[in-house]
Amino acid sequence: MKTRVLMTICCAAALVSCKREERGFRVAPPSAEKIETKSLSDLHPAGSSVAPPTKNDYRENAYAVSEGEKLFAAYNCVGCHAHGGGGMGPALMDNKWIYGSQPQQIFSTIVEGRPNGMPSFRGKIPDFQVWELVAYVRSMSGLGTSGASPNRSDEMKGPTPPSSMPKQTPQNSSLPKSAERPPP
Amino acid sequence: MPGRNYQATRYSGLDQINTGNAKDLKVAWTFSTGVNRGHEAAPLVVGDTMYVVTPFPNILYALDLKNGGAAKWKYQPEPASAAQGVACCDLVNRGCVFSNGKIIFNTLDDHTIAVDANTGKEIWKTKLGDINHGETITMAPLVVKDKVYVGNSGGELGVRGWLTCLDSNSGKTLWRAWSTGSDADCLIGPDFKPFYKKDQGKELGVSTWPPNRWQIGGGTVWGWVTYDPESNLIYYGTGNPGVWNPELRPGDNKWACSIFARDADTGAAKWAYQMNPHDEFDHDGINENLVLDLPINGQTRKVLLAAQRNGYVYMWDRTTGEVLSATPFIRITSSFGVDLKTGELHTNPEKKPMTGKTVRDVAPAAPGAKDWQPCAWSPRTNLLYIPHQNLAMDYQGTEASYIEGTPYLGVNVKMYANGNANRGEFCAWDPFQKKKVWAIQEDLPVWSGTVVTAGDITFYGTMDGWFKCVNAKTGDVLWQFKCGSGIIGQPVTYKGPDGKQYVAVLAGVGGWPGAIVAADLDPRDPTGALGFVNAMTDLPQKTTKGGMLYVFALP
Repeated sequence: MKTRVLMTICCAAALVSCKREERGFRVAPPSAEKIETKSLSDLHPAGSSVAPPTKNDYRENAYAVSEGEKLFAAYNCVGCHAHGGGGMGPALMDNKWIYGSQPQQIFSTIVEGRPNGMPSFRGKIPDFQVWELVAYVRSMSGLGTSGASPNRSDEMKGPTPPSSMPKQTPQNSSLPKSAERPPP
Repeated sequence: MPGRNYQATRYSGLDQINTGNAKDLKVAWTFSTGVNRGHEAAPLVVGDTMYVVTPFPNILYALDLKNGGAAKWKYQPEPASAAQGVACCDLVNRGCVFSNGKIIFNTLDDHTIAVDANTGKEIWKTKLGDINHGETITMAPLVVKDKVYVGNSGGELGVRGWLTCLDSNSGKTLWRAWSTGSDADCLIGPDFKPFYKKDQGKELGVSTWPPNRWQIGGGTVWGWVTYDPESNLIYYGTGNPGVWNPELRPGDNKWACSIFARDADTGAAKWAYQMNPHDEFDHDGINENLVLDLPINGQTRKVLLAAQRNGYVYMWDRTTGEVLSATPFIRITSSFGVDLKTGELHTNPEKKPMTGKTVRDVAPAAPGAKDWQPCAWSPRTNLLYIPHQNLAMDYQGTEASYIEGTPYLGVNVKMYANGNANRGEFCAWDPFQKKKVWAIQEDLPVWSGTVVTAGDITFYGTMDGWFKCVNAKTGDVLWQFKCGSGIIGQPVTYKGPDGKQYVAVLAGVGGWPGAIVAADLDPRDPTGALGFVNAMTDLPQKTTKGGMLYVFALP
């Protein structure tokens, strides 16, 4: 009897832990060369010509997202965007995306910079780290996966941790909703 | 000039509006600036014209006082858009000055510009700094004779601070006094005689830092410069040392958080006094130092009077730099007081910040007991009118990486009301009795400037948009008016071309505390805007953006 109870508990525990994250140990970042220029407008004269979104597998990888969180502090992103609430730079935990919420748009925001104060980090941050940052930045407004997003903030009494963040549907997304990757 | 005079008393001899009739004040005219960021500038009246400089993009308007404030011309310096990304605390500008037919002001992208006061044509434009170093300029210059004094901002980005002197006729740089580095760079020479032993010695701007760290050591000069015509000395303070987390920069970190007295012509330092050696909490020393002659213990003393960020009202002998008194004007937990014999600030060891540790209930918080918002002094009441905030904070040290042109902080901050009291106050301070004579408690931080007049009235504004007239003797509110947006500007009063007295103020919420509204920050992150968001989460419900000049008069 005891053994059966123990077995049941172990099986249940194993099942629950399986749900947490299916980690690919060698997740390749999307190649930067493959990135197509994304439109920043919802207006597409003479019909839609939307490039397909680049898949960022780091979104499902807890290690990559947590590396992104560390890099977000190390590259001084925190100094301007705080822990998502913003300051010198805009908030990243809300549903407003001035330059687009798609992974490749965030990638180019970091690499190319933006005219109203976002610096260009071209040549300063390796591409795979930029993709880790992208995965973390999206998780800040609940656009990550529940399995991979951090369960708590590392800093003093920060905002709601990304894993508990209610999803903020991006405003003025330049891609149709169907182009978003479905949750796993 | 925004300070009204070299001594920065912000006292006006006009008395048409007084304690008896202030209740009848009405709006005379208004003017929309078309800019939605924080408006900290003082409107400047010269003859029949009022000059207003806006926050970024730093538009300079000339308004015709004979024609209901209609715009005569506007000058658009078109500062670099990228400058917005290195401005720590909203995109403010604190005003312009007039000298010899020219209006002189600074732009966020590090230019000082002189414009013909009549035509609005640019006379000269000098680039003083580089946004790629993290430098911006937000302060109002001071002009003395043919010299313009300008300092930089960027203490949150590891900028090396300086005060630069320009020729007001040509815009050419005459000298620059750095706040850190060698004595030669700091214009410290044989005339330099600090009062206290702690400030005496050679090359302290280098030796009080870890090797070479003075190069990114802060001490920016983003506040106020005052002048004493008698001694021909200028006085100003320097900002916080570079990297906020003090554990990462052992040493006194000179000359951050210090007061300098310099020869107005050569810039040679006469004395300096470091208020916060090894500053722990971003307690910059940039607040205005009023130049006053006051009777102290039966003799007239030449003093500087200043309500400083670390929570003390300081009175210095301005000829020597001796601290005559330093008295707390809010609840302070970060230090225990100033030793007048040694000049030392006794810091509280329990609040010492460390990497990975959170210290709680540090008062004053990072913006201090009073930030940039200038006081006024009335020679009629002998009182100092102090608009200020009252905040405490939690302060967590973290690692920091220096990347040129990005923030250099190494802390997480979360602010809240100090000792469960109100977040702001407007008070009258008696420097002889060293106490408050009266105080008006405000729910929100009082981030506006003030002005006091011979009518014994004083004005200030609140961040939810109330512009108030107060009896300077009693503290009774005589009149108030609700402006469209929160007020963080500097009120002024002037006699119009029709001989009537007017009062003017810019509304337009923003600045460090108002960034939550001006920059649409997310109130759910308490560390937003360097921790100020946590103390201001209710502001978006209480005011909205919008720059507007209001001018009031009696009917």
